[in-house]
Amino acid sequence: MTIQLSRRTALSAAMGALVVAVRGPDALAQGTAAQAAPISPLPPPGQLASYIAVHADGTATAFFGKIDGGQGLDVAVAQIVAEELDLPADRVKVVMGDTARTVNQGGASNASGVSQGAVPLRNAAAEARLLLLEMAAARLGVPPDALRVSDGTISVAAQPDRRVTYGELIGDRRLDAEVKWNGRYGNDLNVEGRARTKPIADYKVVGTAAPRRDIADKAFARHDYVTDIRLPGMLHARMIRPPVAGAKPTAVDESSVSAIPNARVVWKDGFLAVAAPREWDAIRAAEVLKVDWSATPPPFPEQAAIYDHIRNAPVTKRGVPMQQGDAAAAIAGAARVISAEYEWPFHSHSSMGPGCALADVRPEGVRVWTGSQKPHAVRDGVAKFLGVPPETVHTVWVTGPGSYGRNDAGDTPFDAVFLSRELGKPVRVQYMRHEGHGWDTKSPASVQRVRAGLDEQGRVTGIEFSSKAFSRTNIATSEADPRDSLASQSMGGGLNPQDTYLFPGDFVPTEPYAFPARTMAWETIPPLLDRASPLRTSHLRDPLGPELIFAAESFVDELAAATGADPVEFRLRHLREERDIAILRAITEKAGWQPRPAGPRNTTGEIARGRGVSLARRDGTVVGLVAEVEVNRGTGAIRIKRMVVGQDCGLIINPDGLRRCVENAVIYGTSRALHEEVTFDRNNVTSVDWNTYPILDITEAPEVVEVVLINRPDIRPTGAGEPAVRTAGAAIANAVFDATGARLRRGPFTAERVKAALAGA
Amino acid sequence: MQTSITFRVDGKDQTVTVDPEMPLLYALRDDLGLNNPKFGCGLAQCGACTVHVDGTPTRSCVTPTAAVEGKQVTTLAGLGTPEHPHPIQTAYIDEQVPQCGYCINGWMMTAAAFLRDNKDPSEDQIREALTGLKCRCGTHMAILRAVKRAASLA
Repeated sequence: MTIQLSRRTALSAAMGALVVAVRGPDALAQGTAAQAAPISPLPPPGQLASYIAVHADGTATAFFGKIDGGQGLDVAVAQIVAEELDLPADRVKVVMGDTARTVNQGGASNASGVSQGAVPLRNAAAEARLLLLEMAAARLGVPPDALRVSDGTISVAAQPDRRVTYGELIGDRRLDAEVKWNGRYGNDLNVEGRARTKPIADYKVVGTAAPRRDIADKAFARHDYVTDIRLPGMLHARMIRPPVAGAKPTAVDESSVSAIPNARVVWKDGFLAVAAPREWDAIRAAEVLKVDWSATPPPFPEQAAIYDHIRNAPVTKRGVPMQQGDAAAAIAGAARVISAEYEWPFHSHSSMGPGCALADVRPEGVRVWTGSQKPHAVRDGVAKFLGVPPETVHTVWVTGPGSYGRNDAGDTPFDAVFLSRELGKPVRVQYMRHEGHGWDTKSPASVQRVRAGLDEQGRVTGIEFSSKAFSRTNIATSEADPRDSLASQSMGGGLNPQDTYLFPGDFVPTEPYAFPARTMAWETIPPLLDRASPLRTSHLRDPLGPELIFAAESFVDELAAATGADPVEFRLRHLREERDIAILRAITEKAGWQPRPAGPRNTTGEIARGRGVSLARRDGTVVGLVAEVEVNRGTGAIRIKRMVVGQDCGLIINPDGLRRCVENAVIYGTSRALHEEVTFDRNNVTSVDWNTYPILDITEAPEVVEVVLINRPDIRPTGAGEPAVRTAGAAIANAVFDATGARLRRGPFTAERVKAALAGA
Repeated sequence: MQTSITFRVDGKDQTVTVDPEMPLLYALRDDLGLNNPKFGCGLAQCGACTVHVDGTPTRSCVTPTAAVEGKQVTTLAGLGTPEHPHPIQTAYIDEQVPQCGYCINGWMMTAAAFLRDNKDPSEDQIREALTGLKCRCGTHMAILRAVKRAASLA
């Protein structure tokens, strides 16, 4: 879709006068290429109208300062707002992620869309309903408590024919009222008014199935992604990356691209890009540009030595988020000590499409189109990067090609604004596939050490869990600080590392189990390269979940095996919380789990069958998985026959949407566990496409996935989209042990690695 | 060396004047404004750019534009419309398949051609027909449900 920049309005000082035509659910209601109404910058957080509008036609709009990455969050928000307004959900439109139309609610972050993001909108919707009730009371001449509301029509309870609709009351006016803002931006933002929200027992809309709003447009090719936005007169740009990570250009031969029409080169220190009016010309220019690079010592260890590197590296920070009793003494005094180490490699976002952003930098203001899941952070970061006030930067979020944390989409806005300023034209930057795999942020490689003591009766006396790894945030998880961008780091800014590895989301490994003494600790080590690095870390879908739960839940399985116990019975013996127990019982009953100790029932035949289980928490959500696998003893290949995944994330808003979220999460977690591993040599990352970074193929998808949901209407909703990711690794590894007696302690579980484990079993 | 190349796209004759080696993907997107084929990898590894060329699923990111001179190119937009949907489009909506949706062009175009030639496929045949296509969100199970549903609608 071509963005139509009206010259008159674009040149005016009012950033809000931009005419934007982006196709998508927002535009659908008005036709295929709706023009957004004029918009004003930075909606004030203390105004009701910043969150809710009710329209003359009886519909409402919710302005949501987060985004939906494809999990139907906008639908859940519409349901929650509709519930409070007593409207059908399909009459609530949701506007997301446009910094001129939504307050900064932190973007997509930590699966907080419903648990935190929907709360101020729910409160604002309740307040809007109260205002409308008061307006109706004045018009109808009765007190508000004599009124009732149904589907946006307010009537006198005793005389139902005396009625007025929301649309008749509001006309085209905005809801002019203040709400009490808690002074916070981001995930923690909240507002409250005078109104009370509806008791959950009265819910009619929340808890019912509601379809996604973007799917028909996507299926009919009528939905624009950020990659589909075009600006008049724009240049296409491509970045040039060094062959050795950390190297900088020492000479750039511009004549090498002189045969390409209107090709331009932009070079500043380590930042190097080409641009051309035609996209194909920009791609060709990037391929043929001759560059001399500085001689740089190879920055990385041999990949084969990465886990020894982690073990031997100096510790930059240590945390002990859980210490109960004296685990060391309990283990020292135990009859038996069980110990194991688990290793997990770097993983790549490798989104379906590499990062893309567009920017139009003009003296009167800056516009950025981004698929980043934190558009308000992009606004703040770009403003700092360019040295302009944030209110002169308007960031428009447009669906990105996959979004699972701070990926390469978060680097492209900085490239785009820099290039637009240097070239004096609107610029569209899209990374190539080798950058989407090779230069995105990575989840950190790690080593987990676990020890436990068992007494004479096989009871656990104490457990110690320690994870040593690269920090999970070599760069921040948002774009608000430009020092965290590849552009800044290439221009001489160093890496801006933060030593954070604390188990995120308020969970710690083995948390559900009431072991008598526990120490849970983590340690971070320095990054491998102190500047723009293809192995810099940041958040990836379910940050740290896959590696920590792989270790913790494999180890619990090892304890069960060491004591000759059935893995489910062993877990139940140590569980105390009803929600943990309920999920474990629900998935094992559904799977028809028959108690017996894990281990192979026969050792002959090519195909060995087994089942494994895992259980985990994440920030209030409980998840569990039973995996049934077949292992080919000859090839080492694992085939997933069946998965039964269970999730309890409190009150369910939309059961259909939740079911798909959980199913997708466990399939994605299976891909991470079976296949994914960033490869590198001493110079650079070498997994740079889908052949060198394989993911789960559809021929390898489980034969059956069954989803069990437990609804808890009395418990506030918690994160839904990520938790099930973490269950896959341990359940599969435990099933492989059950099938073959071979214990997998390093991810991914490739056929070669399984074969090696079988040889050692 | 710019060359005029004429082909038919979604039932309309189109002429582009481009480098004949330029992949068809860029002619469709940048010259004709057809956004549904997506750039995913440029290496024919993911399928996001898939179109039909004379009915055959083709990775437009590695197909020189000159190679489709005089041929019929069909994109997802040409497969069906809300008024006259292709069964795979109906099934994708009914099964609510996509998460981010950036990959669906490849799956839908590949499945549409497969179902045209295989009226009552087994699940294994469906999986084999779709092997190699990439989905990063993990919608594999929903994709299988949708293709099976489309087969029953066709």
